[in-house]
Amino acid sequence: MNAPAYNFAYLDEQTKRMIRRAILKAIAIPGYQVPFASREMPMPYGWGTGGVQVTASILGPNDVLKVIDQGSDDTTNAVSIRKFFQRTAGVATTTHTRDATVIQTRHRIPEQALAEGQVLVFQVPIPEPLRFLEPRETETRRMHALADYSLMHLKLYEDIARHGRISTSYAYPVKVQGRYVMDPSPTPKFDNPKMNDCAALQLFGAGREKRIYAIPPYTAVVSLDFEDHPFERYRHDARCELCGADDSYLDEVITDDRGGRMFVCSDTDYCEARRATADKPHAVPQGYPA
Amino acid sequence: MTISREEPLLAAEGLTRWYGRQLGCRDVSFSIYEGEVLAIVGESGSGKSTLLQLLSAQLEPSEGHVRYRMRDGVTRDLGLLGEAERRFLFRTDWGYVHQDAAQGLRMSVSAGANVGERLMANGWRHYGRIRATAETWLDRVEIDRGRIDDTPRTYSGGMRQRLQIARNLVTEPRLVFMDEPTGGLDVSVQARLLDLLRGLVTDLGLAAIVVTHDLAVARLLSHRIMVMKGGQVIETGLTDQVLDDPQEPYTQLLVASILPA
Repeated sequence: MNAPAYNFAYLDEQTKRMIRRAILKAIAIPGYQVPFASREMPMPYGWGTGGVQVTASILGPNDVLKVIDQGSDDTTNAVSIRKFFQRTAGVATTTHTRDATVIQTRHRIPEQALAEGQVLVFQVPIPEPLRFLEPRETETRRMHALADYSLMHLKLYEDIARHGRISTSYAYPVKVQGRYVMDPSPTPKFDNPKMNDCAALQLFGAGREKRIYAIPPYTAVVSLDFEDHPFERYRHDARCELCGADDSYLDEVITDDRGGRMFVCSDTDYCEARRATADKPHAVPQGYPA
Repeated sequence: MTISREEPLLAAEGLTRWYGRQLGCRDVSFSIYEGEVLAIVGESGSGKSTLLQLLSAQLEPSEGHVRYRMRDGVTRDLGLLGEAERRFLFRTDWGYVHQDAAQGLRMSVSAGANVGERLMANGWRHYGRIRATAETWLDRVEIDRGRIDDTPRTYSGGMRQRLQIARNLVTEPRLVFMDEPTGGLDVSVQARLLDLLRGLVTDLGLAAIVVTHDLAVARLLSHRIMVMKGGQVIETGLTDQVLDDPQEPYTQLLVASILPA
């Protein structure tokens, strides 16, 4: 229910207008970081204040919201943000990717392909892909303006020189629509190809850094690489021990203090849906409490 | 010295720079051709560094122009270039060797990446070729190939300076600015670096503008020399001529103040 002390979806209407303007600009210039007047939110920085502000600004009374944290619907961050919008906006929520109109995510893109009309909102800690290479904000802005991105390849070069391959495994830099180099937030690089030519709108909000950026539907998103060291997706070479999937991104779960471990889908909704439709009961792995 | 074309590679016309009421340099005019090395000498505060920054378009002149003949043969006023074009010049056609190698290098990435950066900036996207080119250049500046993955932090002063040179020359620029390239190095390392520089300048047919307060460096490297004092050029000519038969009292003093070897 709508808590009476708050406006719909917590933020006041003027703030939402300001954020919507930033979002529109971001959509108009794919991959470009638009500054916005980020507000204090009733949660600490690093918990998704940017994503929450974007979600609050685009949410309507008829939307259906799904919130995931590292692919999971039931971890603290996901549960508390979902509750936050249940209370302040009274919107319907779901854990099913297919049923959601707005999905706020921390560090994953659902396995289920997104459809037109859906919006994926990313929580972003550090929006600037060049930040750890060039600490000056004035300089990184100029580099974006001049499309001077050799530094980014410098980092990949160092990866190969040190490890024999591109070892960057998350926050893997992408080039959007052949122009801006963008940090896809700390999603595993397994998810990078899903951003390319995606039917859904992808919005990125960084609360502490006060930046919003976007990938409109059906936009070309290319992961940077070398001709002789092409971009490669990475997943653990295993099947999900709960649903048996061999195509999903897996989390490694430690099950005891004697080296026991299991691999399970990071996307809980995907895993549950597969188990619900499977004919045979799934095997419970050894050493794992049934 | 070969003068291959009638038009100079770079021409300065009446360059003047004021820092408020303080004079940086005044009314400097000269031109330089491909394959030519020009030394700018003078004591500290004589306007050498200001002049070098004006010439390399890092500082805007209060008066005067710098004209540069681009690779397409068109001569353009550097003051009218956009930021993107200036940066393009800097990563293709120009080199800039700093006195302090730490300023000209990325100290936290490997030597190979330092040399390869300009190549990547120019669109090279093949790791194997970038690395092979970097190795070739390490050979040319006499750095052991086995050090290619070490950062310059682990290098000695002389090696850092040679690495900086390799990093600048990898795109085969036509003009190199050097600001006290041998400053802070001990004498034997200086000699080796000068040998190397002289060889590279001859091999590649570079034009170079070398700022130094060391007349020995000027004599070894340069064809022509400009002597500066108080922001103005007081004497100019062929290096040997100026150093062997200085006309101005100040130049005479400079030459006379070299300790005999």
